[in-house]
Formats: sequence, C-alpha cells, structure tokens
Amino acid sequence: MSGNLQPIKPNESPASTNRAEMQLVAALRRGDEAAFATVVERYHRSLLCLARTFTPDTALAEELVQETWLALVRGLDRFEARSSLKTWLFHVLSYQAQRRIKREARTIPFSDLDGPTVDPGRFDPPGTEWAGHWSEALPDWEETPEERLLAAETMVCLDGLIATLPERQRQVIILRDIEGLSAADACSVLQIPDATQRLLLHRARARVREGLAAYVRGDEGGPA
Amino acid sequence: MIERELTCQEFVELVTEYLEGIMPPDERTRFEAHLDDCPYCDSYLEQIRQTIRMLGRLSEETLDPAIKEEMLHRFRTWTSERP
Repeated sequence: MSGNLQPIKPNESPASTNRAEMQLVAALRRGDEAAFATVVERYHRSLLCLARTFTPDTALAEELVQETWLALVRGLDRFEARSSLKTWLFHVLSYQAQRRIKREARTIPFSDLDGPTVDPGRFDPPGTEWAGHWSEALPDWEETPEERLLAAETMVCLDGLIATLPERQRQVIILRDIEGLSAADACSVLQIPDATQRLLLHRARARVREGLAAYVRGDEGGPA
Repeated sequence: MIERELTCQEFVELVTEYLEGIMPPDERTRFEAHLDDCPYCDSYLEQIRQTIRMLGRLSEETLDPAIKEEMLHRFRTWTSERP
C-alpha cells in the first residue's frame, strides 16, 4: 500500500477526512493500484448492501456494483470532489439501478409510511386517566453490560433486523445511520423528498430499536 | 396560553424530528418538558440514540479476494489504455 495514503478513521474531523480523500482520488488518477484496492475494499460491501435493496436478485445486485466500479474507473478523469467519493458512488449505483430495473410502481407502499411506530397497546387507552402514557415501565438498557451491546452477536442481530425492514425503510436507514450520509445526500441518492425520507427513517429506527430491545432483554421476558 | 403537555404516544412519534434538529422552538420546548418529566420516554429516546450508534458501527466484512482481483484487473486495463 502506498506510504502516502492515510486511512480514514470514522471519527476524524471532516477537514482531515477531505484531505485524506483528496489524496486517495489523486492516487486513483495516477493509476495507483493500492489506492483502487483501498476504495474497493472500503466501499464494496456498502454498495452491495444498498444494491440488494433495489433488487432481490443477488446476481443483478452484484452486477450493479460492478457497473459502479467501472463508472468510477471511466469517470476518474472527470470526477469533481463536490460530494464525497462514497456519496458519489451511491449516486452512481442508484442511477444504474433505476436504469436497469423497471419499477412496477413508483409509489411507496402505504404500509411503509402509515400507522404508529410503537404498538398502541403499550400505552393507556383513550378515556383513561393516563391516556397516551406508557402503561408499563419501559425497560432500559443501562443494566445491560456495554460488552453485550457491542458484542459480535448483537451486530449479527442488528444485521438481521435491517434485513427484515421493508425495502424503502432499509434504503434510508442504510444510507443515513449505517453509511452516515446527510439527509440531503440520502434524498438525492434515492430521489425522494425530505419528508418522505424522514418518515421512512423514523419507522425504520423504531422497528430496529424494538428488535434490539427484545434481543437485549433476551430470556428475561417482558415488554420491549 | 399554556399548551397541553405531550403524551408519551405523541412523544415517540416526534423523536426523529427532534434528533434531526428541525423541530420548531415551541414544539422543542414541549418535547423537552416531557423528556424532563417522563423517565420512560427519556429511556426511549436514549435507546433510539443507542440504536443509531450501533448501526454506525456495523463493520465491513472481508471482501471476497476474487472480486477485488477482478476489479484490480479492470483498473490496470484502464490505466494502461489511458492516453
């Protein structure tokens, strides 16, 4: 690996991340193979993850990602660092998906957007003294050892929870919370308005929290 | 005029707006007042935050070496064909 490349750490400041990325792009333009290997290693899985939300066909999803890498190679001479490399890659992938995949319906299924995010049964019903308030104590996670929360099995559980989300919710939570894109970038990649994006994110997060709560409680039973 | 306090059921539907930082000031005041009063909703918000933190940690799997090799091959081709 080229000695001049700095790895991008998750909690680096945006300024130093930009510098590191500019170095990376410059190295790519020079034909630096190590730089290209770095980029592919860094983003391939993320791209594949998003690609799978566009199609259930695994082979097609992989093709979409490969097309994205080709687009990067072809587009390097013209790439302008207006957005981050990652955001640019997501845009290209999304564009490829829209080109290749015919969507039966452009509208988002109603169930993806409507209804309460927490089971109304968890709250006191209308007409009672504490209508709308939690009926039972919400078990908190502070008693759970930090190690358990960070353990590999928890991550596997999280992966599983993401996989069960409706497609549109999955797309938004991947881009926003896993990949850390801004709301504006996520909307741009997915070609959806901000309010829709926020609603999808809201529903996705609620579902994942609930799944995690059940997992954290484990065999202790009780409400999540 | 004193507005009615939020119920917990209303609170949970507002968490995303709050975390995005786009809540109008009046609504934010109401939201935070409920947060101060209700330990369960405080837990709920913290759990959403923790969920987000954990999502951010989902780590990369190791890339299949065959895929990496194929991509490198295309990159070499592009590099060598460049004027």
